[in-house]
Amino acid sequence: MNAVIGRLGQGKAVALRRALRDIFSWRFALLIVSVLIVIYPLLWVVSLAFSGQQSLTLVQLPPDAGVGQQLLALVPLPEQWTLANFRAVLTEQPFLRWIGNSLVVAVATTIVGLSLSCTAAYAFSRFRFAGRQRGLTLFLISQMFPAVLMLIPLYVIVVQWLGLGNSWLGLILVYAITALPFCVWMLKGYFDSLPYEIEESALLEGASRWTIFIRIILPLARPAIAVTGLFAFMTAWNEFILASIFMDDESRYTVPVGLRFFVSDYASEWGYFAAGSILVSLPVILLFLSLQRFLVSGLSAGAVKG
Amino acid sequence: MANIEFRGVSKRYDDGPPTVPGLDLEIRDGEMMVLVGPSGCGKSTTLRMIAGLESISAGDLYIGGHRVNDLPPKDRDIAMVFQNYALYPHMSVFENMAFGLRVRNFPKLGIERRVRDAAETLGLADLLHRKPGQLSGGQNQRVALGRAMVRDPQVFLFDEPLSNLDAELRVQMRGVIHRLHHQLRTTSVYVTHDQVEAMTLGTRIAILNGGELMQVGTPLELYNDPDNTFVAGFMGSPPMNLLQVANDGRQLSCDLLTLPHGQLQGLNRELLLGLRPEKLVYAASAPANWPRLTGSIELVESLGAEMLVHLRAGSAQLVARLAGLRAFPLGDTLELAFDPTALYLFDGASQQRIRSGCARAGVSQC
Repeated sequence: MNAVIGRLGQGKAVALRRALRDIFSWRFALLIVSVLIVIYPLLWVVSLAFSGQQSLTLVQLPPDAGVGQQLLALVPLPEQWTLANFRAVLTEQPFLRWIGNSLVVAVATTIVGLSLSCTAAYAFSRFRFAGRQRGLTLFLISQMFPAVLMLIPLYVIVVQWLGLGNSWLGLILVYAITALPFCVWMLKGYFDSLPYEIEESALLEGASRWTIFIRIILPLARPAIAVTGLFAFMTAWNEFILASIFMDDESRYTVPVGLRFFVSDYASEWGYFAAGSILVSLPVILLFLSLQRFLVSGLSAGAVKG
Repeated sequence: MANIEFRGVSKRYDDGPPTVPGLDLEIRDGEMMVLVGPSGCGKSTTLRMIAGLESISAGDLYIGGHRVNDLPPKDRDIAMVFQNYALYPHMSVFENMAFGLRVRNFPKLGIERRVRDAAETLGLADLLHRKPGQLSGGQNQRVALGRAMVRDPQVFLFDEPLSNLDAELRVQMRGVIHRLHHQLRTTSVYVTHDQVEAMTLGTRIAILNGGELMQVGTPLELYNDPDNTFVAGFMGSPPMNLLQVANDGRQLSCDLLTLPHGQLQGLNRELLLGLRPEKLVYAASAPANWPRLTGSIELVESLGAEMLVHLRAGSAQLVARLAGLRAFPLGDTLELAFDPTALYLFDGASQQRIRSGCARAGVSQC
């Protein structure tokens, strides 16, 4: 009995030694440093948001501050915690309106993008037609250019030709279409992994192609649709450059464009900016959490099969 | 109910050689026709042409007297059971079985009744609310059968439905399919590469090889009266022994045996002698006038009630299926005898059966 207890104790000691060895290894140090690098700017944003002030410096240093004090100023900790910035952003600024604009644009982009890409991906996956291979390759090639390259042509097409400047429709169209190549490839990869016999079976049972698509393929592809939908949503939600060029009217700004005006040549309201940024990221975080169970399977399926 | 008729039906993909070069075959009303052959012989393509899942390159296909070449699958009134079940994973067993009826706008009460009846027959009544992912392979295949049954189609198609099941379940499901066909008497076409399935399930069997139809007949016809070496070698387990024998006009000989034969003039010099493993017996217990053969024992496989003894002499070898169990030292010489009426003769070049003149040769069946 004593021997058993002794061995158990020994086992614990071994485990502890192993844990200590892991903690003090260079891998652990490397990971800690990487995490700090990633997290440091975020901590600044959080601190600024909750500091209640607009200046970038959280600690007021005396002119003759020593090295120690200067180093301390690098630690992102506000002198006092307050929700004043959030309150101001939500009440004194047209922030809620911008959020609303962004929601309309992002949701519409998701719907338009998904309906276009689901149908296109299904066709690419299941039908053999002239130009199929070339179309897929073109989609890939379009992804190889930096998005800024399309700025001027898109401006000419959307604003000058279609006259859709300063309108949500213009933004929705542009976002949905730029998200299309990725979405189509992603969904095609997933559709390819669904056994074709299921559809053949449904065909024999008398279902039309459309019925099969709606009642069998789409429900089965839910994980992939969740991932692509999230991608389309985020494309629209986070986009800044196009929105800042297309939208002139302040009441029609999307959130990223609006946020930009907290910090410009004429203003430097860093506190509002930080608080706004945190509020903006909340919907995306919520979406991620609610779609989490689909994300893993969706991403891996697309990655492996696509 | 309907019969199915192939008239010179061929299938060709792109510019390659035809997968099915021109099939003439009639599947009678109410029978279970088994299409059997090695992989790549065109049996699945043939089945898929009946279903309408493959287009027909040339020739005509008739179902119930109507030409269906250009009829889409849904209008052919056919149900198919796939190897991988092809169930809808996101629907319950009930919904899976009801799907075909729903898309055809059956009344709700009718759907309920039909699905429950089929589930009852197949022992699925307690599983109706489950999803396919929660069922075993055998249960899934029964759901697939049920889904085919509820629509009461003209024709059932089975595409290697038992290949994904383990041996025990396969035997069990074979029984289920057999009983179902007996009960419903729906014209069925069953594709398999397993000759045991073919023998046990088929009303008639069509043996295909390289897209060509080798022979059609009842299981016993094919077993007892094969047209060529392919059919002879395909049916039976282990298959028929095919011995290469030289014909010098008076007798047939190979390293294992020498066989006097009366009617060999005019026949090819190279012949194949077919002999079923189960037709061989110990020489000591055989009638004196039965031909003998001797060889050394190469391998003995005990199956319990019987054993498979592999004999070799020179380049010739054969398998004998002998009753009882005996310890044979490998390498020993063994003498066996066979009933001469159980011999088959095949032409060495064309591989076709030689039937002519056999009776006069004192070998009634060859």
